[in-house]
Amino acid sequence: MAAATMQSALAGAPGSAAEAIGRLGDLLYVGAGAIFLFVMALAIYSVFAKPRAVNVRRWIVGGGLVFPIVVLTALLVYSLRTGDALSHSAAASGSSESEPLRIRVVGKQWWWEVRYVGHAQGTEIVLANEVRLPVGRPVELLLTSTDVIHSFWVPALAGKVDMIPGRTTRVALRADETGIFRGQCAEYCGGQHALMALYVVAQSQSDFESWLARQARPAQRPDDSFLKLGYDAFFKGNCQACHAIRGTPAAGTLGPDLTHVGGRHSLAAGVLDNHIGTMAGWIAGTQDVKPGSKMPSTRTFTGIELRAISAWLGSLQ
Amino acid sequence: MNALSVARLRTMSIALSAWSALLGACGEQRDYRPQVRGGDAQRGQIALLRHDCGVCHAIPGIIGAHGRVGPSLASYGRFPHLAGKFPNDPELLVRWLTDAPSMAVATAMPALDLDEQEARDMAAYLYSLE
Repeated sequence: MAAATMQSALAGAPGSAAEAIGRLGDLLYVGAGAIFLFVMALAIYSVFAKPRAVNVRRWIVGGGLVFPIVVLTALLVYSLRTGDALSHSAAASGSSESEPLRIRVVGKQWWWEVRYVGHAQGTEIVLANEVRLPVGRPVELLLTSTDVIHSFWVPALAGKVDMIPGRTTRVALRADETGIFRGQCAEYCGGQHALMALYVVAQSQSDFESWLARQARPAQRPDDSFLKLGYDAFFKGNCQACHAIRGTPAAGTLGPDLTHVGGRHSLAAGVLDNHIGTMAGWIAGTQDVKPGSKMPSTRTFTGIELRAISAWLGSLQ
Repeated sequence: MNALSVARLRTMSIALSAWSALLGACGEQRDYRPQVRGGDAQRGQIALLRHDCGVCHAIPGIIGAHGRVGPSLASYGRFPHLAGKFPNDPELLVRWLTDAPSMAVATAMPALDLDEQEARDMAAYLYSLE
């Protein structure tokens, strides 16, 4: 996979909320540093300078009242404006821009369900552990959880927002350049909290549209005999009890939708790169990779079946 | 058992252990260590990590590699057989790493998307495991 950018709030992506927060932080640190140096310089000067009379009132009123009031008020106004712009980012960020794209993200132990609702293609697109968005267009994520509290945090794009069962919280995302940004659950949510990550992929508008169109397409029963073996083994192993694959009889809802699992950047919520080896290892060794995960390590497949299932799932792009 | 025979036993056991220590000193193992042509063990270590081989295999020296889907590769350098089926030969291992099913159709190990150099490096690392 293409390398993700650094997962750091200090590496805010251009156009993102993280960049605006970063600017506010920079101003704060540089300003506080300058004031600190000035005060220290004054203190040193007062120790070494020849004694002379100073206008006490001017220093107290000027340095003790006027200066902090002016500086802090300016800072307050700037930070309030930044905060306001962030919370209404979708609406405020562009005059000519269309409606924000709305994506629903549901936190689960220990993965993310991602739903593209109400878009042109008609079918509801459900995927996991990966959010794709077009560059330059405001995106609003509607966040919730179905088990415990999680927190959605992609440091290079925006601040963290809790995902609370029974409530919908929102975060505005925007990236002005293409890139892959790693995110992480930021609220302890159980044993494998540390292995609950995701990727946000910012693509050009046209790449995004063709990706979305591809996602809307259902899977089909494969023609290739080896892939067909995988398809049959998938159902023989009752994988459809938890997983859905649109276009096949598989319609489980407990685990991630696998309709286009082969095209995702990672497996097991940002834990493994996605290739045939990790797919096979994850299916057969789930509990070794992520102990406590709701998916059991599967022991019912022959070696060939395991390879065939992995090949078939990998072909669903 | 009388006191004399106990003393004799003790002397014998001391003599025995001294002898075996002497034997051990010159018994340095001189097993054949397979060399992988063009393989670099250090690069192989990184390649094994990058390709997540540890999902299925326990591999000493690879962070997080404690999978149990495939066999542990600890002391692979001393394995007499590859996959319990073939002579543990470097060229066969390189082929196995890239395309195991072509050698043993029943294996659960898929054909992996590795280039030749990566496979050679990985093999070199695996043979370094004593």
